[in-house]
Amino acid sequence: MSFAIQASDLAYTYPAPQEGEGIQVFSGLNLRVEAGSFVAILGRNGCGKSTLAKQFNAIVLPSGGTVHVFGMDTRQEENLIPIRRTVGMVFQNPDNQIVANVVEEDVAFAPENLGVPSPEIRRRVDEALKQVDMYEFREHAPHLLSGGQKQRVAIAGVIAMQPKCIVLDEPTAMLDPRGRQEVMKIVSRLNKTAGITVVLITHHMDEAAMAQRVVVLDRGQVAADGSPKAVFSQVELLHRLGLTAPETVELCWKLRQQGWDLPLDAVSIDECAQAMCLALGGMNRVANS
Amino acid sequence: MLKDITLGQYFPGKTVVHRLDPRTKLLMTVLYIVALFVAQGWIAYGIVFAFLVMSIALSRIRPKAVLRGLKPVVIVVIFTAVLNLFYTGGEHVLVRFWGLTITWEGIQAALFMGTRIIMLITGTFLLTYTTSPIALTDGLESLLNPLKKIRLPVHELTMIMCIALRFIPTLIEETDKIMSAQKARGADFESGNLLQRAKALVPILVPLFISAFRRADELATAMECRCYQGGNGRTKLKVLKFAPRDGAALILGAALVAATILLKQLG
Amino acid sequence: MSPILEVRDLCHVYSAGTPFQREALSHVNFSLERGEFVGIIGHTGSGKSTLIQHLNGLLKPTAGQILFDGQDIWQDKAFTRSIRFRVGLVFQYPEYQLFEETAYKDIAFGPKNMKLSPEEIDRRVREAAAFVGVPESQLEQSPFALSGGQKRRVAIAGVIAMEPDVLILDEPTAGLDPEGRESILANIRAYQQAKNATIVMVSHAMEDVARLTDRLLVMDHGGVRMDAAPREVFQRAWELEQIGLTIPQVTRVMLRLRELGQPVDSSVFTLEQAVRELNRVKGGRKEC
Repeated sequence: MSFAIQASDLAYTYPAPQEGEGIQVFSGLNLRVEAGSFVAILGRNGCGKSTLAKQFNAIVLPSGGTVHVFGMDTRQEENLIPIRRTVGMVFQNPDNQIVANVVEEDVAFAPENLGVPSPEIRRRVDEALKQVDMYEFREHAPHLLSGGQKQRVAIAGVIAMQPKCIVLDEPTAMLDPRGRQEVMKIVSRLNKTAGITVVLITHHMDEAAMAQRVVVLDRGQVAADGSPKAVFSQVELLHRLGLTAPETVELCWKLRQQGWDLPLDAVSIDECAQAMCLALGGMNRVANS
Repeated sequence: MLKDITLGQYFPGKTVVHRLDPRTKLLMTVLYIVALFVAQGWIAYGIVFAFLVMSIALSRIRPKAVLRGLKPVVIVVIFTAVLNLFYTGGEHVLVRFWGLTITWEGIQAALFMGTRIIMLITGTFLLTYTTSPIALTDGLESLLNPLKKIRLPVHELTMIMCIALRFIPTLIEETDKIMSAQKARGADFESGNLLQRAKALVPILVPLFISAFRRADELATAMECRCYQGGNGRTKLKVLKFAPRDGAALILGAALVAATILLKQLG
Repeated sequence: MSPILEVRDLCHVYSAGTPFQREALSHVNFSLERGEFVGIIGHTGSGKSTLIQHLNGLLKPTAGQILFDGQDIWQDKAFTRSIRFRVGLVFQYPEYQLFEETAYKDIAFGPKNMKLSPEEIDRRVREAAAFVGVPESQLEQSPFALSGGQKRRVAIAGVIAMEPDVLILDEPTAGLDPEGRESILANIRAYQQAKNATIVMVSHAMEDVARLTDRLLVMDHGGVRMDAAPREVFQRAWELEQIGLTIPQVTRVMLRLRELGQPVDSSVFTLEQAVRELNRVKGGRKEC
């Protein structure tokens, strides 16, 4: 099994603004992300999710322990550029990650930095824009695009590096439902068809439910880790950590407390409805009359 | 509304002027300005004016857009013209009132200066109207490249320019938002004396600066994430290439300067 | 009793007379009663933001009127300004408007602009801080030293301290984690009940809107497409999806159950209602 990201015994302490002790974000954290997988990371604000994300492409370095990205140690200076081109990063605010004032020029930014020859840049930019359905906007000014479109441009800017992994730090937090849908569609497509490893940090449970694996962080530790079904069915734990399960699971959980016989792993709308149907005793037509 | 301000707006197009290499256009603008300042007499002005009109016509920029661009500088033009009108001495006195004299020479000078400023601004606007900001900075970087030898950080400077251009609309929008938010809390920007008005700006400027710094910080991280390492070893999506039309344009520009100089010598 | 705010035939056109002319609102009519909790939903560009900036006189209608307590808010300049204090507007990401040295001073900005006495300002600042859960200990701190969630609370307190009769909030929970969302919504609810204030909340979070509001305005293309109780609005699920809006997951489960042939009422939109409804159906079945 090959791993995209491997954090072993990871510790990180925020340097204190003045003198004195820094703030410990995490210590002894172990997390492995399989190459080609889609992992969602959940946790309340301030649990260290964003700092962790920045560890994955050597923007922030460990205070203790190690992070290996496709086998490369992030602490080694010479690995810096190879790591950053392998693990692309998309942030929350699309406005603050778009560098150029023409869409295609922005997408070209990373390959330009990497010294890719011009014809190859052209090819990569066009392909990246097509992958995020933004090709027809290639000559537009970014500030006139919608939030969802800007975020897709930002994703294209990362794909143009041809990374093996993309880390997205709350990419939909500032978007409306339509923008969120657009972005999630692209993210999930990149994972499925292009085989790119995706690490998605989010507050939206329905987005996390799209992943293959959900990791819940709390106070710098992994508090739960498993398939969406396995994690979301731990409703009490999630509540204790200041999180919720998707509404479907919450509904089953509430009904269970009142004596219903329902599973807690019915995450999708259909699964949930089917489970209820079963619990209601399916023979509704007869019962109804 | 602040949003309505157009700053060096770019009108995309496919005309010959649009397709000229940005370096050519930058050099042409310099030549044009030189010609404008060398020009003396109506004939010379006429030639420079004809050149300007031809360029506007070729670029297919609507005259309306050109005039709109002139709006903010009307005051400057009027001010300069009036100054020239009253402070140019001469023999042919036309009117004398309140200790001011208007001479025939004054009128001439006022007209020349007014026309000169209008033509100067129109010409430079034509550059920004027909060249995307990114092409402009690319062209500038390429033209200034030799200065790297004297340790001038050319790449960094043009990168700064590029980012500034990118963030101007964002920051204008942000200013609008903050102003509205403070107005909603009863802030008053419209009444009071100068000091009170200056004080009223604090609730706008502080959040604006904080936000600009936050943006700068996040942008820097995003750039690092995309492997930015300064100008060394960078390639470009669009490589600047001189075409025959660039040569033709430059010859035309040189001819313009030569003509104005010649006319001056003869005059 | 007459409505607190009345919107009559409101139209707004941006950049009128230029090539960028755009009609943002056309012929909007509705009124708000005292103590009501109203939600406004609609996708980006549907005219929500333009609408709410009219309600406190930040934008001037191109045509139509806004009446506060029966009086046109644009009747004279002083009155328009006084409306800003009676109709409080909390913008999206309000934490970006903070500017003072201490949280206390920032919350006091609005009341100070109202020219209240120092004692009254002090009372209001402390009360507003208490409403949104900003502890006394944080009042003397720089607002910029606080966490993101606390900053937002301070900013909301800055509007609540003006003790507006109508409190409008644009996406008050955007970007917060579930716990933070829950607690800010509870704070808003508490203010409404304590002051019998009218609350208008613009939100994309359908589950929150569904749970809290008495009435929903659905905006689309610069007009009010629906104006009804949440129960009725979410019943028109198909229409909502047509205009790019989502419906609460619970409602979708109920709709699916109906498709599967269960006799459930699909106008259910909160967890509590769903639990009640499902228990009813199950209970009814046992009796048969």
